[in-house]
Amino acid sequence: MRRVGSLVRKETRQIIRDPSSIALGIVLPMLLILLFGYGLSLDVMNVPLAVVVEDPSPAATELAASFQLSPYFDVRLMTSMPQAQRLMLTREVDGVVRIRPDFGRQLSIGDAEVQLLVHGVDANHARIIQTYAQGALGQWAAKRTVPGHGILSGPVTVQNRLWFNEANESRYFLVPGLIVLIMTLIGAFLTSLVVAREWERGTMEALFVTPVRSDEILLGKTLPYFVLGMIGLTLCLLAAKFLFQVPFRGSVAVLAGASMLYLLVALAIGLWISSAVKSQFVASQIALLVTFLPAVMLSGFLFDLHSMPAMVRLITYVLPARYYVALLQTIFLAGDVWAVILPNVGVLAAMAVVLLFLTRRAIQKKLA
Amino acid sequence: MLDALFRILALTRKELLAILKDPRSRFSLFIPPILQCLIYGYVATYDLTDVPYAVLDQDRSAASVELLAGLDGSGIFRRVANLTRAADIKSTINERRALLVIQIDQDFERRLVSGMQANVQVIADGRNSNTAATAMGYVNSIVETFNAGWRAEHGQAGVPVRLTTRAWYNPNLETRWHMIPALIGTLTLLQTLLLTALSVAREREQGTFDQLLVTPFRPAEIMAGKALPSMLVGIVQATLVLLVAQLWFRIPFAGSFFTLYAGLTVFLLAAVGIGLLLSSVAATMQQAMLFSFMLIMPFALLSGLTTPISSMPEVLQYLTLINPLRYAIDMAHRVYLEGVGLRLLFPELWPLAIMAAVTLSAASWMFRHRLA
Repeated sequence: MRRVGSLVRKETRQIIRDPSSIALGIVLPMLLILLFGYGLSLDVMNVPLAVVVEDPSPAATELAASFQLSPYFDVRLMTSMPQAQRLMLTREVDGVVRIRPDFGRQLSIGDAEVQLLVHGVDANHARIIQTYAQGALGQWAAKRTVPGHGILSGPVTVQNRLWFNEANESRYFLVPGLIVLIMTLIGAFLTSLVVAREWERGTMEALFVTPVRSDEILLGKTLPYFVLGMIGLTLCLLAAKFLFQVPFRGSVAVLAGASMLYLLVALAIGLWISSAVKSQFVASQIALLVTFLPAVMLSGFLFDLHSMPAMVRLITYVLPARYYVALLQTIFLAGDVWAVILPNVGVLAAMAVVLLFLTRRAIQKKLA
Repeated sequence: MLDALFRILALTRKELLAILKDPRSRFSLFIPPILQCLIYGYVATYDLTDVPYAVLDQDRSAASVELLAGLDGSGIFRRVANLTRAADIKSTINERRALLVIQIDQDFERRLVSGMQANVQVIADGRNSNTAATAMGYVNSIVETFNAGWRAEHGQAGVPVRLTTRAWYNPNLETRWHMIPALIGTLTLLQTLLLTALSVAREREQGTFDQLLVTPFRPAEIMAGKALPSMLVGIVQATLVLLVAQLWFRIPFAGSFFTLYAGLTVFLLAAVGIGLLLSSVAATMQQAMLFSFMLIMPFALLSGLTTPISSMPEVLQYLTLINPLRYAIDMAHRVYLEGVGLRLLFPELWPLAIMAAVTLSAASWMFRHRLA
């Protein structure tokens, strides 16, 4: 026990003396919280849009006004198409709505067409613009009742309810997702370096001739980073609650338990890579590739898991981040739903046991 | 002058040997970019292809069955449960068995036939509100189709206006076309910056940097010898991504390769400059790695890669102006998809050139005064 204590003390000193670990444990979480919370948003507002009205009829003017009224568009009215296309080429507008000269006449026949040109490089953005344009058109059509034909809104209307996030704030799922990223960074990226560094500098062999056992080395390496991770977690939680007012419907105890478990898994992965690879450069590359990037892309934090190709979806099952994202999203927004929490916690616990076992084997006091 | 050139080449050769002789480091430089490119190409899209949903159909009429058939036949919606009680909705959503529950009231068909408005309720799991909103959008358009069919059958007039959309540069609006060219810049920045910062930090950590200093190399030459190999590796990685984009995903290349590589060279100069500047601050490999990581994260988040720059608050939009990755991604898109030439690329090139000039001269000052 005393041996573990002194190892922990040594490791802690190394962390505190090296500005970069503190930066990663505390500065980076703060930076990311602010960036994610304030900066990143998938909500599209004020899209610069050119509306070209080539038809002087009142119907066309009304339609143009409907685009101007929409909170989603920042409309520039014009009358010539070449002018609008020039704006599109220089990307001063993201789309062009064209109301053709024969719009009014076609409308009276009941078959008018409104053209929308979108800048398609950002496909997702373009599709949102398309939806908004359809919405503006629908607003206009709903206000216009065609005599003798009754209402224009559909016979069936859809009432949408978005549970857990009625206002559709993307921040509500970005901030919990951010916690996953930070825990992964502190857990795996930082620790992937620590054992490899001892190998590279030859201090690992020096450690072997001391009476410490290999599970004591493991414990000594894990504890300080575990504490650093919990500090990062606390910072994130405080920011989520007080800075961004993300609703928290579960219980703190469950969240803390799940997070500790995930942190343990991430630490074990980092230490395992580090002790198996024995080179700081390669270890950091592998850690980036197997922990951090998947946590962003393949965890269900941004992109929907169901829609991934079957092969890729299979990969996601071995990624711990997937289970932690499910846990956090549920604990934050839905509450303590045991049917979701128990299986996910179970998988994480199994992963922790297997990984710690593997790491312990890799740290065996043995020289290659 | 010629001597200096030979010395730089010798150092470049030594650097390349150091990077490439270890099979694991060789592997970690060239395989991950290809793998990432493939995975992101398939994964990084907000479009949905599989939405599990449950139904609470309290009407069980011909009309409700027809409406649901529209969902089942879409190829996107997959019915996982037929609920019988409204009380089941809560657990179905809470336990994530379905992303959506569609509830049709008892009087659905009766209201439809009598010309009243009939309601369909869609309840979505908002834990990822972006996915949920997209899925609800799909439901809306399927209901629209149902409405149009109903109106036609029952002699009502339809909405007299159609919206036809044409998208420039990306006719089918594929997210992949946006993502993969952007990766040319992102992946090369990641590796080039890290590689440059680490190669100096490794020499400092192992003490061989002092040995370099007692050789006839001048600090500027050491710097150039460190910069060149990283740029070469960066160019090779960019080429790999480009090959995956063209040969695997078959995204048509609209511009000229000369323009793309010319732009990439300016970008890589800026990236290497940042890497060298970092390495003069970092004393150990761990510091170099963590510092470069702390730069890359905001670079990537504020580049427009995952969320559009125009949706960011204004202050952050100004911050993106000093982000090299923002220009690199813009440049890749403009050359790759829009096919612009060097002259039109000027707005992206000059900020990169300024960044390269500033970071490289700052780094060379640091090399002369701090390290030597």
